[in-house]
This record gives sequence, structure tokens and C-alpha cells, in this order.
Amino acid sequence: SVAMELPPSHFSAARAAAVAVGYLRYLRGGPGRGLELRELRRARRQDIDDVGHKYYLELELEDVLDKDRTVNCTAEVLYHLGSKTSAPDVQVTVQGELRSTEEAEQEFYNRIRSLEKELVAENIPDSHGNVPPELEPIHLLAWVASGYLIWQNSTENTTFHLAQVKHVKQVKRSDEDLQFDYVLLLHDMVSQEVLPWEVTLLWHPQRGARVSQS
Amino acid sequence: DQVLHIVPETLQQVQHLQLLCSTFTLDLWKPLLPEDIRAGEDLHIRVPAPLVQEVKDTLDQHMISYRVLIPDVQKLVDQSMPRERSSAREVSGGYAYTEYHPMEEIYQWMTQIQKNNSELVTQHFLGKTFENQTIYYLQISQPSNKPKKIIWMDCGIHAREWISPAFCQWFVKEILQNYKTDPKISRFLQNLDLYVLPVLNIDGYIYSWEIDRLWRKSRSPYENGTCYGTDLNRNFNSSWGSVGISFNCSSDIFCGSGPESEPETKAVAQFIKSKKSDILCYLTMHSYGQLILTPYGSTTKPPSNNEELMQVAKEAAAALKGKYGTSYKVGSTALILYNNSGSSRDWVHTIGIPLSYTFELRDTGDYGFLLPTNQIQPTCEETM
Repeated sequence: SVAMELPPSHFSAARAAAVAVGYLRYLRGGPGRGLELRELRRARRQDIDDVGHKYYLELELEDVLDKDRTVNCTAEVLYHLGSKTSAPDVQVTVQGELRSTEEAEQEFYNRIRSLEKELVAENIPDSHGNVPPELEPIHLLAWVASGYLIWQNSTENTTFHLAQVKHVKQVKRSDEDLQFDYVLLLHDMVSQEVLPWEVTLLWHPQRGARVSQS
Repeated sequence: DQVLHIVPETLQQVQHLQLLCSTFTLDLWKPLLPEDIRAGEDLHIRVPAPLVQEVKDTLDQHMISYRVLIPDVQKLVDQSMPRERSSAREVSGGYAYTEYHPMEEIYQWMTQIQKNNSELVTQHFLGKTFENQTIYYLQISQPSNKPKKIIWMDCGIHAREWISPAFCQWFVKEILQNYKTDPKISRFLQNLDLYVLPVLNIDGYIYSWEIDRLWRKSRSPYENGTCYGTDLNRNFNSSWGSVGISFNCSSDIFCGSGPESEPETKAVAQFIKSKKSDILCYLTMHSYGQLILTPYGSTTKPPSNNEELMQVAKEAAAALKGKYGTSYKVGSTALILYNNSGSSRDWVHTIGIPLSYTFELRDTGDYGFLLPTNQIQPTCEETM
């Protein structure tokens, strides 16, 4: 079957784009880098018999810490047929370079490692939308963790966003990773529900982030 | 203006940075003097906005990595200063329009607004909420002997969308501050009356301040008080109960026990029905999403005046974008958002009011319902 063009404003295109952004945040986000969708430029959809629905997307993203810079990427999102239990397959190609965050992230890593008491925080942002500057990296790591959840749990009938970090607790480890146990509130635009999700995120400046399967 | 954080790695980089600081006379925050810049030590410089791109380019050229420590210095300054809003103070004696206000303060604000602008503004009773709070709307009307058409705007149907009531208050302030001097506004008021309802779902709004910031619905009890609240924007009599709703009272899109089952819905519906031949345009403000939505949500079949609806909405989105570059998408709910029935906007259109729109204000999900207070002003300004 052939891929048909979708108006980028159509909700099915927007939903697929949100999955791609979630996946990208998981893969490339960090305490010094948060990626945001600036615009969905183009969307096509292909219905593949016995397989599912595949979306081809052209996205323009911006780095929240450096909004003057944008980066283009292409993504493919495949929702599996009739599946409530299997995550969509996502592939993303970023065109060009993302701004280097090595130094900022190393600094964050050192700061957290040297804390005597494990970091604990809640309600990020607060009710008035404020995030204290020293918690901004924790906020961006929550985007990484929520990116994973959004990628893993999205269907064509959901549109998830991170509503708030309800709670975060650092857990000191004997290896070199940083560990943060998050309780994240995810908002689904379609059902309007806001539900808590627990997720443990491991992060290392060179190795990046991964969600711990517990 | 931005503040950049750099840790120079080599002597060469230090020298280049020293040159940069003196050539552009950049404001060094740390260290204080260029001669104190050292390899391996933190450097913080404030770069004036017009030079930001150039400075970043030269850093890139010299392979000097940097991080943006403060993306907007002015914003941070404004945030940390006590509010000194000259214009706002003139209109209602010290009301901070760039902050979110609890319901009690909004009630006081309405009283003040009417008192200070009694030649133009009257406060009216619309109805009562489930918890017996009084719902008021403000009528902004220039005395005249010719009959005028009405533009109705309501805010705060959904409790957690705090930017919405903030916008209604801002809107009123802007009109009252500028109607004598702004020719567009004064012409507007010569021909039209504005009716503004700052908070419809008062019970829910109070609940979101006191108990649960992310509450959406009203606070009427169901199932013997085991669950609370109806989604007021699924409770109107437009294909009620058909799609994009839940009959389960614990759902956030619970549509109530029947169309207009909730006192808040009834209060609005009754009033609009009574004035329907005079109402030209109905606006209902929500967040988030950056969308201007046209009927319908329950079907993709376009309304009879779809071309006109889309034309006006597109012009509005273009004007909005012209202010700060914020992009709003335009279209029917069924096409760009999801299917839903029972919305106020759809019901208003079905009873014959030609222009009916839902605005979903900033942002697109990064802060969502928790829009920072420093975005209140730009959001409101662009939406005006």
C-alpha cells in the first residue's frame, strides 16, 4: 500500500509526532538537553496489511536551553496492529549536530555525586509553573524518563505529555551511574486523565540514560 | 540578553575569551576582570541580545564549548522584582495581572473593576455553582441609544487551566485601559458589547488551588459521594453523551447524568439562549495546545458557515503569530484534536450563533497546565 499525505495539523499526525519526540528525548535528552517540537513539517501514513499503521514524519526540533537553534529530523513510527501491549517501533534520524552538553552534564554529574544527602524534590514545576534553576537538570531528566514512558505506552488513541514531576528521589549507587526514582504525572489529552507513573532512570555523562527494568 | 557559562580548557582559549570580552565589552559576571580568566575555571559572561548569535558563532569557530546559563536575563530580573505594574495599578489599585489569583481575589477584582469603571462596566449574576458559589460575568458596554450585538467570552470551564481565567482578567484590563485612546477598541465598543465570565467552574478552580492542582471537572458528587465532578465541557446539549465522553463518574470526561445536568452548565446555557439573537460571537478559553478550534467535535461534517469560521480563525492565528512568533493551529476539533460531544462551543453553534470558537492557549505540552507565570504576559498580549 502507498503512503498518503496527511495534513500536519491532523490529530493522528500530531500523535505520531509526540511518540517520535518522546523516543528522541529518551535517546538524546539529558540533564543539559531538552528537545521540544517546534513544528511538524510533513506527515504521511501507510496502512500495512497484517502489520499496522506507519507514519513518516519530518520534524523541526528546538533545544529548550538554546531556542535560537533548531534541528531537523525525520522519523518513522509504526503502531502495531491491534496491539495494546507492544510499543510502537520508532526510528529517528537527526540531521546535523545537536549542541554539545558535555561540560554542563559533567558538572551536574559531579555536583550530584558529591551530595552528602540524597536529593529529594517534589512538584516540578510548582503550581505556578516555576522550576528553581538548580532543579532544571532534574526536570530535563524527567523529560528523558517520560519520553521513554510515552514511547512505550502510546497508541493511535492517546496523546501523552508530562504534566508534572510529582516526586523524585536520588538513590546512591555503588557503580558510576546516577539513579533517580521518579513519580511522574502523565496527562493524556484524549481521555484527559492525569495518572502517576513510577519510573527509575539511570544516567551517566558518557553512557547516557536508560530506564531500569525493575 | 543571555548569560553563558564557559570553562576554558587551554591558554589559547583563555586568550581568545579575554579578547572577546574586551572587543565586545561584554559584562563579566565571573570572574570580575578579564585578567582573572583561567583555564579550568568557571567563566560567566552576559551577552547583550543583539550580539548573542555572533558571540556563539565565534565560540564555535574556536571550538570553545559553552552552556546557556540564563536564556533570558530580563525575564529573571522581572521575576525576582516585586511587582511594580504601573498600568495595572492605575486600573484596579495594585492588581498583578501577571500572576495567578485564587478565587477570592478574583471576586474582589470584579468588584473593584466595576467600581473604578462604572461608566462602562456592570457586574451581573449568572447563577450558582454546585457548592453555592455565585457565578458573575462582567458586561462592558458603552452607553448608546442603538442596540448592540454581543461578544461573549468565558474562561475557566476546566479548573486546572489557570492561564484561562488569567487571560479573561487581562482582557478586561486591556479594554478598560485603552478604550479611550485606542481607535480600534473604541470603534469596537461603539458597535458591540463585551460579556466576560472570568471563572465558570468556580468550585473546581478553588479545588485546584486548595487540594489538587490538576483537577479538571466540577465538584458535584455522584454515586453517593464516591466520586466527584462532571466535565462541564461535555455536559452541553450538543450530541450529548455520544462520543469522546465517559458515563463513569470517576472519569475526567464524565459527561454528567444528562445534558445540562450541572448548575454551571445550566446557568450559561440559559443566559445564552435568552440572548441568542444578539450574540455574534462566542469564545471559550482553555489550555493547553495552542489551537483555535471550530465546530464540531462530534463529527467531521463541517458546519454550514465553515469557510467564514476558518477565515476568521486563520486571520486571528496570523495576528497572534505576529506578536511573538507563537504558532496556533486552526481547525475543527474532530480533525485536529479528538472526537468529543457536549462541548459549549458546539452547542452554541447549533442554536444559531454563527461564530463560535474554542481557544486552547499556551503551551504545547512542555509545561502544559502548569504554565509559568512569566508566560502570562506574552500569552495574553499575543491573544489580544
